Formats: sequence, C-alpha cells, structure tokens
Amino acid sequence: MKLDIRNSKPAQFAILLVVFFILCLAIGPGESNYLWRLPPLFKELPTVINDSIQFVMYDWWPIQVYDPDIEDFEEKALFSEITRSISSAFLFVITLIREIFLGGTKTIVAFTGWDFIDKNPWAEWPALPWTVIAGWAIVLGYKLQGKGLALLAALSTGYIGIFGQWEPSMQTLSFVLIAAPVSVAFGLALGIWGYKNHWVEAALNPLLNIAQTMPHYSYLVPVIVLFGVGDQAAAIATIFFATPPMVRLTMLGLKNISPDIVDAGMMNGCNRAQLLFRVQIPTARRDILIGVNQVVMQCLAMTVIASFIGAQGLGSNLMIALNSLKIGSGLEIGLCIVLIAVLLDKLSLAWANKQTDYFADLGFVKRHQYWLICGAILIAGILFAYFGGLIFDEDFNYLYIVPHNKGITTAPFWQAAVDWIWDTFFFMLKDFNEFLIVSILVPMKEAYLAMPVAATFLLVMGTAYILAGIRSALIVCGFLLFIAFSEYWDRALITAYMTTFSVIVASVVGITVGSLCAQNSTASKVVLLLCDFFQTFPSFIYLIPVIMLFGITDTSVIIAAVVYALVPAIRYTVEGLRNVPAVLHDAGSMMGVSRFQRWISIELPLAFPHIMLGVNQTVVFALFMVIIGAFIGTTDLGQLILKAISDPRGTGIGIILGLCVAFIGLAADQILRTWANERKKALGVA
Amino acid sequence: MPSESDSSANEQAVIKCESVYKIFGDNAHKVLENSNGKVDAESFKEAGCIVGVNNASFEVREGELLILMGLSGSGKSTLLRCISRLTDPTAGKIYIEGQDLLAMNSKELIEVRRSKMGMVFQSFGLLPHKTVLENIAFPLQVKGQNTKESIRRAVEMAELVGLGGRENYFPRELSGGQQQRVGIARSLAVEPDIWFLDEPFSALDPLIRKEMQDEFIRLRKVLNKTILFVTHDFDEALRLADRIAIMKEGVIEQLDTPANIVLNPATEYVRKFTEEVPREKVLKVSSVMEPVSDSEQFGDLKVSKDAIVETVAEAILSQDKPVAVIGDNNETVGTLHASHVLNMLFGGKSGKGDEGD
Repeated sequence: MKLDIRNSKPAQFAILLVVFFILCLAIGPGESNYLWRLPPLFKELPTVINDSIQFVMYDWWPIQVYDPDIEDFEEKALFSEITRSISSAFLFVITLIREIFLGGTKTIVAFTGWDFIDKNPWAEWPALPWTVIAGWAIVLGYKLQGKGLALLAALSTGYIGIFGQWEPSMQTLSFVLIAAPVSVAFGLALGIWGYKNHWVEAALNPLLNIAQTMPHYSYLVPVIVLFGVGDQAAAIATIFFATPPMVRLTMLGLKNISPDIVDAGMMNGCNRAQLLFRVQIPTARRDILIGVNQVVMQCLAMTVIASFIGAQGLGSNLMIALNSLKIGSGLEIGLCIVLIAVLLDKLSLAWANKQTDYFADLGFVKRHQYWLICGAILIAGILFAYFGGLIFDEDFNYLYIVPHNKGITTAPFWQAAVDWIWDTFFFMLKDFNEFLIVSILVPMKEAYLAMPVAATFLLVMGTAYILAGIRSALIVCGFLLFIAFSEYWDRALITAYMTTFSVIVASVVGITVGSLCAQNSTASKVVLLLCDFFQTFPSFIYLIPVIMLFGITDTSVIIAAVVYALVPAIRYTVEGLRNVPAVLHDAGSMMGVSRFQRWISIELPLAFPHIMLGVNQTVVFALFMVIIGAFIGTTDLGQLILKAISDPRGTGIGIILGLCVAFIGLAADQILRTWANERKKALGVA
Repeated sequence: MPSESDSSANEQAVIKCESVYKIFGDNAHKVLENSNGKVDAESFKEAGCIVGVNNASFEVREGELLILMGLSGSGKSTLLRCISRLTDPTAGKIYIEGQDLLAMNSKELIEVRRSKMGMVFQSFGLLPHKTVLENIAFPLQVKGQNTKESIRRAVEMAELVGLGGRENYFPRELSGGQQQRVGIARSLAVEPDIWFLDEPFSALDPLIRKEMQDEFIRLRKVLNKTILFVTHDFDEALRLADRIAIMKEGVIEQLDTPANIVLNPATEYVRKFTEEVPREKVLKVSSVMEPVSDSEQFGDLKVSKDAIVETVAEAILSQDKPVAVIGDNNETVGTLHASHVLNMLFGGKSGKGDEGD
C-alpha cells in the first residue's frame, strides 16, 4: 500500500514526532551549543527599554514649571509632568467618589486646605448611608430587568452591608467607577476610529491581540514607573487592561449594522456627526453595551491584582488574608467580590438587552417614577441613619455605615469548615498532592526542560505547518524566536509545561462533560448558565479554595488553572454540538444511527472546529491562571514578573516577560484559530 | 411614440444621466481611460475590474415614473446609488433639476438630500431604537426642525401611509409590510421632488407585495412626484411604470413604455422577458385599435383608448358590431373588432412564433 504523505496528516505527524525525538536524543545540553539553547541576544533589551523610559520621563523636552513651595520656576521633563497631572486627576476623582460613598474630608481639603478643616470641625463630607446605595441598586435592578435582578441586588448589597465589608467594597467600587467609564470612552473612540479608517484597524488588531494575552501582572510594572503607586496607578493599569474588549466590540457592532440603515441615514440628509451619533452608534447599541459589560468585568478581575500596586479595597484585604493564611476571612471577602461581579455583570447585561421604552405620552410622575423613587429612598435612608444615630448612641451607627470588620462575620464558620476538611481528608489530599507532584508534574517539567531548542522549534513549527499552513508556521516561528532570544527560555518552558498539563486535563474533562450535557437540551441550558456564572468570577478567586485544600504548591496553581480553563472547554463543546443543524440529526436518525454513532460520526466531526476554538480559549485561560499562580510561588515567568513589580528597574524586564507570555498564547492562538476557521469553512458551518 | 417624446422635449428633465459609468476595482479610472469608450465586462474582469453601470444615458421627466428593471447583478441598484450619490460614478454626468450632482461638495449634497430627495430601501433601513413616529420625523429633525413640528408632520405622514394607530410602535413590533410603510412615510416626510425606491417590495410576501403596489399607485396619484424605481420583477415594472429601462450587465438594453417593450422588444434578452407576459394585461386599447374607416357601423359600447385591454375584453367580445375607441375629448379615434381581441387573447402564441425567426 502506498502512503500518500502529502495528504495524510497523521503520517505527517508521525514523521514529525520521529524527527523530534531523534533531535531530542542527538542534541545534548551544552553552554555554547546553539541547537540546545539559543544565545540570549535580547538580553540587553530590558535595559534599553528602561533607559528609554527613564530618558522620556526625566530628561526629554524640559519645561519650566512653577513650584509654589519654593516660589520659583523649576525645570522638569514634560512627560513626567503629564503623567503626574494624569495621576493627580485620577486620584482626585477616586477620592471624590470614595467620599460620596464613605464620607471624608479630602475633597474639601483639595479646595480649601487643612487649616480650614482644623478651624471648622463641621466641614466633613457626609457619607451616603449604605441603605440608600442598597436601595438604589435594587431599584436599578428592577428597572433594568425586573424582580429577579432586584432580589439579586438586595441579597448582594445586604450581604456586603451586614457582613461588614461595606467600606472595602465601596473602595473597590470607586475604583471601578473611574476605570470603567474611562475605558469605555477610550474604547469607543478607538473603535470608531478603527471602523472609519482601514489603516487604524490594521494597526489596532495586533495591538489588541497582544494586549488581551498579556498577563495582568505585566500591566502593573510600567504603570508603577509612569504613575507611581496607589489607587490612581491601579486604576490606570486597569484601564489599559479593560479597554481592548471595548474597542473590539465597538468595531464589531458598527460593522454589523445593516448597510441599508447607513444608506437611509445618508439619504435622510445626515452629516457625518449626525450619522455617527444618531444612526450608527444607537443602532450598534447592543454590541457596544456588551463591550461596557466586558469592561466592568475586566475591571473587577483586576481589583485583586491591582492591590499589588496599592489599590485599596476588597483586593488588598484578600491579599492580606491569603498571605496570613486566614482562609475563612479570605473566603468571605472572595464571596463579596463574586457578588459584586455577578451583580454588575447582570446589571450591565440587562442594560444591554433592554429595549428602548416609549415615553412621550406619559405624565411627569409616570415618566420620572424611578427618579422619584430613588429620591424617596435617599430621604428615607438619611432619616434612618439619623434615627440610627440616636439608637446606637454609644456604639457604631449600623444604619449609616457598617464599619469594616464590625458587622457579623462568617469567617469563623468558614475557618471551621476548612479545618474540618483538613482534619478529615488530610491524608487523602496529601497523598493526591504527592502523587501528582512526584509522578506527573516533576517528570513532565524535567522532560520539557530537557528539550533542545531546535527540537522545540521543529515540533511547534511542524505542527503549525501541518495544521495551519506555512504562513502560520512563520508567524509562530517569530513568536518563538523572541522568547528564545530573551534569557527566559527555561522559565517559558516551565510556564508551557504547566499550561500544557492544565489544557490537556481541562480539555479532556471539558469535552467529556460538554458532550454529555449536550445530549439533553435542559442540561445544556443549565450548564451554559453555570459557565456564565463561573466566568464572571475574577480569576484570582479560583485560587482561594485550592490554597485551602492543597496549600501553597504547584498543585494548587494547576488545579486552579484546570478549573478556570474548564469553563470555555465546556461552553464551546456544548455550543458546537448543539449547533449541529437539526436536519443532520434527522438524516442520521433516518439512516438508523444509534446515539453514540451519531455523536461519533455526525456531531463531533462537525462541532470539532468550534470545540478547538474552545481549546484555544482554554489555553489563554490556563496561561492567565498559571501566571497569576506566581502569587502562590511557582518558578515560571509569572514569578519573575511579580519580582519585577518590586524592582525599581523592573520595567523592561516586566514588559519583556509579559510579551513572552503573550507570545506563547498568541502562538497557540495562531495555530488553533487558523485551523478551526479553515476547517469550519471546509465543512460549511462557518 | 415620436409624438410623445416631442411634446415632452420642452419640459426640463428632472433627472438627466449622460454616459454614466460605474466600474468597481482599485484601478477603475485608469482602466476606463485606457478603454477608449469600449467597455465590456470580459476584458475589464481581466484587468481586475467589475463593470457595474456601462454608459447609461437617459432622462426622467417631471412627474414621470421610470423603472430600472434587471436581474440581480445587472447594475440597476448601482445606477440608482449613483444617481442618489450613495456611490460616486466612475465617469459621466448626472444632473438633478439642472444642477450638476457630481460637482457638489458634501454640504451641497446634504442640502439636496434634505430638500429634494427621498429614498426607500429594500430591507427598510429603519432605526431600531426609534418609534414609527420618530423614524418618520428623523429626516426633519436632522434638518434642524424642532421636535413638536416634526412629530406633527410625522403624524400626518403615518396617517397617509395607513399606519394610524401604530405611531408609537417600534420597528421590531411591525410586520414587513408595515415596516416598509414607515420607510415610505419617512422618505416622503421632507416632501421631496424626487423619489427613489430601491426594490421596495422585494422583501415582502406576494400578497403583501400586491397590496403595497396598490398603495403605491394610490400614493403616486396623490403626490405627483418624479420617481425612479428599481425592481427585478418584470410584472411589477409593467404594472407600475410609465417607462421601463431594462438593464443587463450594466447596459440599458431598452428604454421604452411597457406596451412598446412587450410589442417590440429591442433585443433577444428583452424578448425573453416579454415572452411569458399576457399581452392583454399590458397593452392599452390604443396600441391594438385600427384606424376608423367611414363605412364603419359602431355599436353602443365605447371604450377609452387608455384602458388596458384585459379590463374591457369581455365587454367587447359580447358585442356583434365593432367598438368605437374614444380619446380624451370623447372623440372617436379608432375601432376595435371582437376578432382582434380574440386573436390577441388566444392567438398570441402562434403570432409570436413567426416573430421569433
């Protein structure tokens, strides 16, 4: 029998693997052996980046700035002045929002001075009572969707208020309330520009790809240098992180408008501004608001990580709790973050899906009923707080602001639960942990590290060539070369091994679970809802329970990565299988296939490209979690990024490391996405 | 026919196209310049260009309804988009009421669209976030008219197109026919002189389409606009048009009245369209009558020369004597024998066979 190698992908893979193993055996480790490890040609790159940022920040374009303290002009660099004024503007707004929620004096100080406050002890901005904000959230939920969402709002705000997390929650919220609108505005503007100008779009796309695969940590490093440490820096880092999805969804929404609507707008005599603001943006409303939803979720995902550079709020409390292994209070705070995330997610989605209402014929009260109710809540809340002040004379006024950690706490309960699990399952967990580390993870790690660089290139590029063609192979080669020439190749291999392991486990479990659920429409719906729910969790939250069970080890990180990456694997499997056209099911049934045959020979082949898109997402998710896992103490790229945060000259290193991680993700994305899209086209299911 | 064109030569053409070309492709201008006026789809395709409209010249007179008819890809919609300047033609001249449309800057163009043009689209193009009234009022508000005035006018327009009672619905709550009524009302809100309709009824079910055509005929009588109408439906074109321009691969194959197109198709392509058309549904009495001879004895029945043959056929067939055909001033202009009508109704096929050779 003659084997046609040109057309047989399995044969091509077999040859590829044989050559790969021969290379692995033939090339031995050696300092100067370039087939073993490439020389770190880009070693100086971090320093170059550092120096250029230093130059731009402190020496470039000096200007005269008046300094009121020494009452004279001083020479300062333009760029640092710009970043400084941005910082202080952000800090001012964050403080302002925070004081609206929590009360305080800083805003008044900003306009008058500390002397004024000292002389006038009454001059303090009062906080909004927590009952008012809770009430508003409930009304908003009711207006946007109805009773269900109102109930969710009531439960969430109630939980936060009663369990004494109100203050840190409002601090977190204040930081979201500045980061989200700025991200939305930026994203909208960039998206519109990209839509209008072909060149801008072409330039934006690769930037967005990198921005969306860069790990959260690496945004923190340059931001520290440019904007310092604190809430404002955290907000700015968050903005960089949260803007890309908004840009994408704006472009997508504008592109999806029916051309007839734009033509109609032009024939109705719209000028360019009218066309944009009165026709195109309102028509693309839903996609744009989904973008807003994404922005809010990204902001919340950053809250914990942003606490590394000094953001106050739930995130920093969680870090403190986890660092001191107070799992109980960590869980409680984590639950708070989840509740806020779920609530904001549902609220913004409800806003996106809400159709415009008709108002013109209604009377004043009817038209403004929600505003009137909100006003009533404000007055009632203030009255409650006032009477509360009389009742809780000596103690804290629980109807005004529940002070931090002075509410009821469930931490002891959670702690007891954790202790019980430890006591009961200690040996089981320990055995599993040891088995995983000794028998699987360590050998796998060593195998990865024992790969000569030439063999790795061959394997990855060969796979890219077989699956996605020569163009993808070259792009992937570019990504790999960058990592190989940096001095972080070994670290990248460790990251790659953890990611590979997580992706394989998550894909196998995810595809199995997804396939089982897809057999039944109710099960599919339920599992998709669950996926939605778990996807709203900020990624850091996944670390809490695994630390609780497995302590601070690689196992914890990998299990968190598997669980986190399961979500897209299951979702895409269910979607792919459910979207197989019904007519094919019928055709299969009429040919007398059994359920299993139908799955194997009809559904799976058709859904497979979509499932591979899910695996692609799994890679990105697992990579994110592995990097975040550096917080628990892994020894991969993430750990170095985390170190770079506290290194005064870490900017360059941080950026290079971030790019390394992004390029691992983008290489996988290039191969899988190209293959999946080609395959979808070939199957006619695109 | 000559008499008709003579009489209207004095009137100014509302829309006038002179050798309009639309070539798609990056180097369209260059390829067109090098072609020395010889444009054909094949050679242009080799040069990487697609011919949309090929040397279109015609006029639309005031109050006239001209239909651009052709199959998909024939360039009819492209030609309309050139005349509404939603796309810029590659070459040629277009005049709107004597003004050079292609020389206008964007400000002048917006002004023309706000005051003189209205357009209806195949997939309606309604704004999903606005109600029926707000959609109809939109072109007025874009012009700067205040909300109260524009809404008052929109209420009138909604009434005119039969949307009374649905003013505050959103497009998503309306059926296709109703949505197109909104599109029609919106295009008429600014009281344009020129009305463009781009396959307005193609997206509708056959029954609704018939209903909307009747509605269109009614509106046209009330409004008296100059209309350029695009359709791929030959029956629709015959039913509505004053004149029809049949297009194929960007070229206008024939531009004439429905009756002349059916009776004297200019090209093989046009003839294929007309083959299946029942002539009695298209032809007017005037195009089949015979001249009056002195000896003629007329019966009591008289028919108008403008009547469609089908509508009077039964009455004529029941007469023993020839029927008198009368003109606008009640004078007798011709005669019609029952045998003529019979021949037309049932003998059409054999007659056509002779022509075919």
